[in-house]
Amino acid sequence: MSADTLLEVRNLKRYFPIRGGLLQRQVATVQAVDDISFDVRRGETLGIVGESGCGKSTTARLLIRLLEPDDGTVAFDGRAVATSDGIPVRELRRHVQMVFQDSYSSLNPRCSVEDTIAYGPSVHGLAWEAAKARVREILAKVGLDPALFAARYPHELSGGQRQRVNIARALALEPKLLVLDEPVSALDKSVEAQVLNLLVDLKRDLALTYVFISHDLNVVQYMSDRVLVMYLGKVVEYGPVESIYANPRHPYTRALLGAMPSMDPDRRGEHATLTGDPPNPINPPPGCRFHTRCPYAEPCCAAAEPRLAADASVSAHYTACHMLVPGSGHSAAPRIAA
Amino acid sequence: MSLQETIAVAPIAETLHRARAGRSYWARVRERLLADPVTMTFATLLLIIVAMALAAPLIATYDPTSGSAFARLKSPGYAGHWLGTDEVGRDLWSRILYGGRLTLLCGVAPVAFALLVGGSLGLVAGYRGGLVNSFIMRSMDVLYAFPSILLAIAICGMLGSGVGNTILALTVTFIPPIVRISETITTQVRSFEFVEAARASGAPSASIIRFHILNNVLGPILVYATSLISISIILAAGLSFLGLGVTPPNAEWGLMLNNLRQAIWVNPLVAALPGVMIFMTSMCFNLMSDGLRSAMDVRL
Repeated sequence: MSADTLLEVRNLKRYFPIRGGLLQRQVATVQAVDDISFDVRRGETLGIVGESGCGKSTTARLLIRLLEPDDGTVAFDGRAVATSDGIPVRELRRHVQMVFQDSYSSLNPRCSVEDTIAYGPSVHGLAWEAAKARVREILAKVGLDPALFAARYPHELSGGQRQRVNIARALALEPKLLVLDEPVSALDKSVEAQVLNLLVDLKRDLALTYVFISHDLNVVQYMSDRVLVMYLGKVVEYGPVESIYANPRHPYTRALLGAMPSMDPDRRGEHATLTGDPPNPINPPPGCRFHTRCPYAEPCCAAAEPRLAADASVSAHYTACHMLVPGSGHSAAPRIAA
Repeated sequence: MSLQETIAVAPIAETLHRARAGRSYWARVRERLLADPVTMTFATLLLIIVAMALAAPLIATYDPTSGSAFARLKSPGYAGHWLGTDEVGRDLWSRILYGGRLTLLCGVAPVAFALLVGGSLGLVAGYRGGLVNSFIMRSMDVLYAFPSILLAIAICGMLGSGVGNTILALTVTFIPPIVRISETITTQVRSFEFVEAARASGAPSASIIRFHILNNVLGPILVYATSLISISIILAAGLSFLGLGVTPPNAEWGLMLNNLRQAIWVNPLVAALPGVMIFMTSMCFNLMSDGLRSAMDVRL
């Protein structure tokens, strides 16, 4: 593990059992996150994109241990999480914080802004008065006047203000890494832009690292240094943002980017790039999980699962597709040099 | 201050002041309660009843347990007994006052104990979920299998009569519904992201329950408990009526109603008096519960 890696995720898995019948026996499993690995580098923003239900939010909750993984490891700053010689979960949560999507349900309606933000530091042993002083400092940082907003209650705030309070709460523990789970998807476009700019400023001022989860490709492109594309609990493509947006390699990423609305009439799409819903994650298709919707699918795609492989031309751009692997059996795969 | 200044400055100053103050949920509930005339009227009436019961030794005109054989079943207005006398010649005004003490105690104490025990059980069941939840909720289902009055009668019948046993029996009767309400709301509150956010900040469960769950659960179960008080009063009266609750010669409205029931043909006004008191008090509690419910239905 290199020194500039802040968070290292290896083979992370989380399956949800579905119970049914009279005796609550397990009848199926949802493979919400299935064997994903990635690194988050110090000071970068890693964007995670994918359709709803692809495991983005589960991944976020696994990173901060709101959910226990079934398998795999997460290491923060070189120390494995929740192992005997690693970093305890409680300490991890001081360094890694999360901003939630729904700004309505993520603030306690019975707590004032001040109480909400001061709660975290006070739990970690800061005296209430000191915590309150920190609240004022942080409120100013997220662009809310402490004199006006500290005593307010969530119902007295607008959506954008609530999301700022959410960000302030996450920052109150002075974390190094912020996991942002769709932080702007519930906001109006104009407010969204303000909050995104605030996030950019905060990252620069406080030397933060972000994991930015969204289904909005424009937002991810604007925010991220590197992007991870997920489909049905798997990573299908992973690499630098320019490389992925300019030169997507996986058919799914291409379809996603093709579905982005374009301002240029000449680039307007004539055909639906992707049809149908994603398959049920309870019984994911065998082999490549995308083969049921992939225009290039061939028998080999249903037979074997493609592994993430580095691209020869762009370093650190990984794709999981048989079409890029020599000798995979796919007709479009490059030939093996003799 | 000129007129113009008043118009321009005052509202802004007012708005700023209100923004700085921040009005909590409970402040809004209090405001709405104070603006509700029906609830306020019945709350006042209830306060008067409670004050009268508490002040019984000061305002009672006779000993509630001793009577005169010469003045039995006198109508209200009889010399010296302005509310009349009962079947053994005891002063009704004094007995109503002292009876109110026991009746209110039997109404409030079981609900308060049940709120404490049942509320905590429900919080734990709802917050922990899984096996803990199944264990607690299935145990409650066992108690639920008995109709509430039957359960109270069975417990009182087993332990014998008396105020303490009545309170115990009614407490056991009220625990299951309170657990159920508290568990349902806790489960609901728990699913909100602010609880996840609190967990993500590294807070221990006890702190999360105290700081984030309790203040959301307490309101609804308080409303429900208030509505149980009137049921408790009626059940306690029923137990006394059956000879399982308060024992004579102590005054309790249910017991008084039982003893006076034979006099309904002789002096209906006197016979109905304890019943009227029970009815009024439980109405007050019910209407207060309704008022609380609508006052707490603030959309946030």
